[in-house]
Amino acid sequence: MAVQIRGALARDVWRRLSAVTDPELDEPITDMGFVERLDIVAGSEVEIDFRLPTYWCSPNFAFLMADGIRRAALSLPWVQRATVRLQDHCFADQVNEGVNGARNFEAVFADLTDGSNLSEVREKFREKAFQRRQEAVLLALKAVGMTPARITAMTLQDYDTLGLIRAPEAAAQKPRYREILIEEGLACLPEDPVFVTWQGERIVAEGLADHLASLRSVRINMEFNGALCRGLQASRYKEVDLSSGEPELIDFILGRVPPAPHRAPQG
Amino acid sequence: MYKTPDGKEVFVLDCHTHFWDGSPANQANVHGKQFVECFYAYHTNLSPKEELWEKSRFEKYSEDDIYRDLFVNGPDDMAIIQTTVLKDFYKNGFGCIERSTQMAKRHPGRFIVNGSFDPRDGEKALEYIHYMKETYDIQGVKMYTAEWNGASKGWKLTDPDAYRCFELCEKLGIKNIHVHKGPTIIPLSKDAFSVEDVDGAATDFQNLNWIVEHCGLPRLDDFCWIATQETNVYGGLAVALPFIHTRPRYFAEVIAELLFWIGPDKILFGSDYAIWTPKWLVEKFWNFQLPEDIAAERGVQLTDEIKEKILGLNAARLYGIDVAAKRAELAQSPVRIAAE
Repeated sequence: MAVQIRGALARDVWRRLSAVTDPELDEPITDMGFVERLDIVAGSEVEIDFRLPTYWCSPNFAFLMADGIRRAALSLPWVQRATVRLQDHCFADQVNEGVNGARNFEAVFADLTDGSNLSEVREKFREKAFQRRQEAVLLALKAVGMTPARITAMTLQDYDTLGLIRAPEAAAQKPRYREILIEEGLACLPEDPVFVTWQGERIVAEGLADHLASLRSVRINMEFNGALCRGLQASRYKEVDLSSGEPELIDFILGRVPPAPHRAPQG
Repeated sequence: MYKTPDGKEVFVLDCHTHFWDGSPANQANVHGKQFVECFYAYHTNLSPKEELWEKSRFEKYSEDDIYRDLFVNGPDDMAIIQTTVLKDFYKNGFGCIERSTQMAKRHPGRFIVNGSFDPRDGEKALEYIHYMKETYDIQGVKMYTAEWNGASKGWKLTDPDAYRCFELCEKLGIKNIHVHKGPTIIPLSKDAFSVEDVDGAATDFQNLNWIVEHCGLPRLDDFCWIATQETNVYGGLAVALPFIHTRPRYFAEVIAELLFWIGPDKILFGSDYAIWTPKWLVEKFWNFQLPEDIAAERGVQLTDEIKEKILGLNAARLYGIDVAAKRAELAQSPVRIAAE
């Protein structure tokens, strides 16, 4: 179900929410269609409901997203209060209580977490997001015939002046990789190398093939979650592509007949 | 048996099937409702449209349904039923050894019913393993480390209580330990996707076979690393295989990684019935070719010979099945069309 965004204030919040990602998938929650309701009360209070693809989605990721949503809303100067509600989840009450109150994840889930902390999870998935974005750019550069030597010698300045007219995929991924590189302080100055590991080590030409193999395994794992999440979400939210215009067996099975008016798919 | 387009007869041993009751009448609480709904979402999202079931049938299918889907319409020669009790979610359990065994009795030689236990039950778990061996002569068990048990929301294969159970399994000749390591329910901040505990358990129990269901996805790299080191660790294809329909290139990358790291002798076919049915999975798998670039990148092939190993020969080895003798035996009792 697509969320209704009405009015300038709601759009203001919506734009901020697009910076909140699903940590496991590295995709904006607004593109994933997780946000179910966004209301502005009395001109300064924001209420946001969100729902994940299954009742069982990992509570640590749910908590990270709920926290990200609240912070994103509160980052607007006119917002006095933000209330976030996770719906239909096995730990919805605990997550909501923690995020909207003063209790952190570790306190809420103290009896279930063996004392490990949420920032480790956040860090781990930030690394995966970095690796995935880097692989997309590297593969695209390889595909346009750039040699390993030239790729690995690239500085931030070279990167910024790259013309990628022949490579739309690389052009799309280029700013996403740059963003995370800068945010994490892995490159700052124009002469800094642009292809480094998460630990900040420069990738050398001879090591590029092995490096790409390890990035591939990260992607295979992430895509597994991504594909399942998108699939499960599509069924939970009962979105259906009625491109043929005629109801199919699936529509009868899921009780969608008569079909709802066609909506453009999200994301 | 699967008959290839050019007439070859391929032995199919389906290593991962269920005979469950997830119907509303058996659901103990909202978790039970949500659990089977999650399975149904897997079913609706990765199956070809013409293979979709109505939800009520999916929640609880009959003895005739399973027989027909696996052996009459489906290509399976034999199927292993995995027990998944989920006693906190279902009044009489989700997939129980008693109910499965009763069904399997109608079709001698077709089913292997595996047991299950929860090491957190302590002494009772040990007693129960004895009971399952004596009563059902089990050859394998299914372990679900993310299962809830009172306040506990999961356990590890390397827990001391678990080791006592595996010692007993070894002693009683229960050799095949299937472990669910795949899409996880309730991973809190401890990484419940982790496959590390398989490494320790497989090293310490060299005489047991450790079959990692779902190949540890989404931790395929960790799984491959462990399965390459440990000669007694195998990968089950359930859940990975259905991607062959919706995202064939992705499936190609997964199977290429598996072939590269663990090789063709340690990969096992499983349909995960009733989430998916074996007919379309086996047909698509047999007709599947690795894209050239992926095959070249990893230097692997998916030949007919390798497909035969994956579809049945590898698992037959683990379960001590003489394929030629089994074929002759099954030829004496051909599949019968269930009366309905």
